[in-house]
Amino acid sequence: MIPELGQFALILAVLLAGLQAIFGIAGPALGRERWTAAVIPAVAGQFVMVATSMGCLMAAFIGSDFSVAYVAENSNSSLPLFYRIAGVWGAHSGSLLLWIFLLACWTVAVAIGTQRLPRPFAARVLGVLGTISLGFLLYTLLTSNPFLRLDPPWADGQGLNPILQDPGLAVHPPVLYTGYVGLSVAFAFAGAALLEGRLDREWARWTRPWTTTAWAFLTCGIALGSWWAYYTLGWGGFWFWDPVENASFMPWLMGTALIHSLAVTEKRGLFKSWTLLLAVLGFSLSLIGTFLVRSGVLISVHSFVASPGRGEFILTFLVIMIGAALSLYAWRAPKMQSEAGFELSARESFLLFNNILLVTACGTIFAGEMAPIISTALGLGKLSVGPPYFNPTFLVSMLPLLALVPLGMHARWKRGGLGGRGRTLLLALGAAALIGCAVAFGAFTGAGVLSPVGMTLGAWIILSSLIDPIDRLRRRIAIPRAVLGMTIAHIGLGIFVFSMTAVQAFTAEQDVALTTGMSARDGGYTFQFQGIGPDHGPNYGGMKAKMVVTRDGAPVAVMYPAKRTYWVQHMVTTHSAIVIHRGSNILVALGQDLGDGRWSFRLQVRPLVLYIWIGALIMAAGGMIAISDRRYRLEDARETQAAGALAPGGPGS
Amino acid sequence: MIRYFIPLALFAVVVVIFAFGIHQAPRKDLVPSPLIGKPAPSFALPSLADANTQVTSASLRGHWYLFNVWGTWCVSCHIEEPELRAIARTGVVPLIGLDWKDSREEALAYLHAKGNPYQAIAFDPGGLAAIQWGVYGAPETFIVNPQGIIVYKYIGPITPHAWVHEFLPRLPAGRAVAGS
Repeated sequence: MIPELGQFALILAVLLAGLQAIFGIAGPALGRERWTAAVIPAVAGQFVMVATSMGCLMAAFIGSDFSVAYVAENSNSSLPLFYRIAGVWGAHSGSLLLWIFLLACWTVAVAIGTQRLPRPFAARVLGVLGTISLGFLLYTLLTSNPFLRLDPPWADGQGLNPILQDPGLAVHPPVLYTGYVGLSVAFAFAGAALLEGRLDREWARWTRPWTTTAWAFLTCGIALGSWWAYYTLGWGGFWFWDPVENASFMPWLMGTALIHSLAVTEKRGLFKSWTLLLAVLGFSLSLIGTFLVRSGVLISVHSFVASPGRGEFILTFLVIMIGAALSLYAWRAPKMQSEAGFELSARESFLLFNNILLVTACGTIFAGEMAPIISTALGLGKLSVGPPYFNPTFLVSMLPLLALVPLGMHARWKRGGLGGRGRTLLLALGAAALIGCAVAFGAFTGAGVLSPVGMTLGAWIILSSLIDPIDRLRRRIAIPRAVLGMTIAHIGLGIFVFSMTAVQAFTAEQDVALTTGMSARDGGYTFQFQGIGPDHGPNYGGMKAKMVVTRDGAPVAVMYPAKRTYWVQHMVTTHSAIVIHRGSNILVALGQDLGDGRWSFRLQVRPLVLYIWIGALIMAAGGMIAISDRRYRLEDARETQAAGALAPGGPGS
Repeated sequence: MIRYFIPLALFAVVVVIFAFGIHQAPRKDLVPSPLIGKPAPSFALPSLADANTQVTSASLRGHWYLFNVWGTWCVSCHIEEPELRAIARTGVVPLIGLDWKDSREEALAYLHAKGNPYQAIAFDPGGLAAIQWGVYGAPETFIVNPQGIIVYKYIGPITPHAWVHEFLPRLPAGRAVAGS
């Protein structure tokens, strides 16, 4: 009964999404105010239906209803309650429903947040969101219905993939999807502007908080995913340039470009058509990512089971949505003239370079994603593109970008120049170079050419981010939230760059074979294998080793790397042991039984790796602080606007 | 102005490539087994029914056969099971089973309850033979020709559609059946 209710709610949601799309887009276009006004009830109704549907699927999971195919395939009566709930989005159909549910949540938030905006514009935004929701709802119902019944029902379920039985699963997909789906809001704002054929600075001010929120969630989601991969996949890697990861990273790069471009559009009324294009492309890339991951065109370590009809459906949806948006763009964008020009050394130029470099980086990743498909299509055989391609090409556009960050932050709008900060920036660069070289050559051994460069850039970004806030504090001027947020986000970026450099250059890793009592050295630490024994849990059995870690004779930690066999799935997982010591992550993974009491281990010492994720989270926090700025609170919109007109053009966001 | 059409044009190119991608890469062949076109790994395993007799690759030479990897723990194999019995009834090709990471008692009870479509079943509780065959999930089914060469590998439960469109055209007896 409950699954049928869920399915019925989903069908009603399709109808309501269709009404939302029609009323939202046709209402303003035909000037029918009653249609325009009907959008809000459609949004509310759709949310209720989607939430009901989500609740029904969750109830089927919690109640272990193995007559539902999706539940039977992804849950099991021995699965703890926590993972039965998280299992809802553990595979294709349920994760789509989560996507739709989050879109419904965003839509409600947008409906509330746009109450004070002009009615036709708000209706158009909600109408575009309705079309997206309609597409995904139809996709779910027609190709990936999570409520399909099994006849006869299974006695017990297949269980959840053991890799997914981790707290990270409960958090990572919802956060990441919130970011993904949030980009659809930026897309909807762009779509509304294109439908209206009008775009002004106000538009950018309305759009920015939504975009930045989505970007912050995307940032957190990617960081969580990377951290999760690091500690659950078991081999100490944290980024694989895997198609699924790229599917989230490309929209992130576009989103990053977009929030910077929006800054220019809001502040100066420039880059209008470019901003629109980025908003369209950001969401398009998240749709394309969905297509690549779920159509079976690309294979990945965490891809979903693909079925033939699904690829065609998403491709059709892609063509309709993106094709329509880009056609509208080609038609409307030429009329959106920018309001003024700017000097080469102005902040506008730096933000333009930022955009070009981010889009280039995104383009190179996209090319890497497409290469295997093109190669197959041309009959050139299977091609695999991996880190040897992605790492250097990504660096080529990222290094100049990082070098421009400190300058761009301090360049003045319009007229250009560094506003007397040139000398301070140079001093900061000198200090950063000292820190970079000292850490690269002093704290570690075997530094290459890039490690001092990367560390200097990271330190320079951190130091130069602090110049403006320190100056304001000394002169006792309040720091606006927008500036504070930008500062914090850039400090996060600096920390990220610094630690990423350390990780890339100074990770010590080796695979060793040890018998009980033997020791191995790695990264300055001594690892002594003290024995191995059985390890049992509720739904798994396995082996657990004891490894005593010392440094210069002093004890550091006792580590217990394990291997588990999950009974239901007959799947072996590696549970590496991780400890943090003096800023380095020490990881020991248990490998194979090599016979004669010998076991293989992977020993890995990654300096500062924790700060990669911390840096990313700081970036996201910066974004959230920036959008709490007064001028985005619509109650104060009028005052701020007036104040903004009077205020001198300081180095704002 | 023409430059505003560039994104649309690029998108059209991408769509064409994707359309090719879908068309060219039917998912079953996405990971072509490196074993296709190579001799089937040789094995000599105890028979499931009788631990004292062996099922060997040598004894299978000279016939076409389907090599089906299964286990009682594998739910997809339960789905596949009626189709396997239907295939066995056609008599087009003998089915050789590899009972993978299973317990003998459970497997025999399962076959007793459902009916046995296999001509012979090799018992591989440790999973070593399956590793040599490059199996990474059950069920998987291989077509092996009389020379002992693997002709085709199918991942997942065999559906009636797959039997008609993937298996029969690759089997000489099947081609005769389809042609008649």
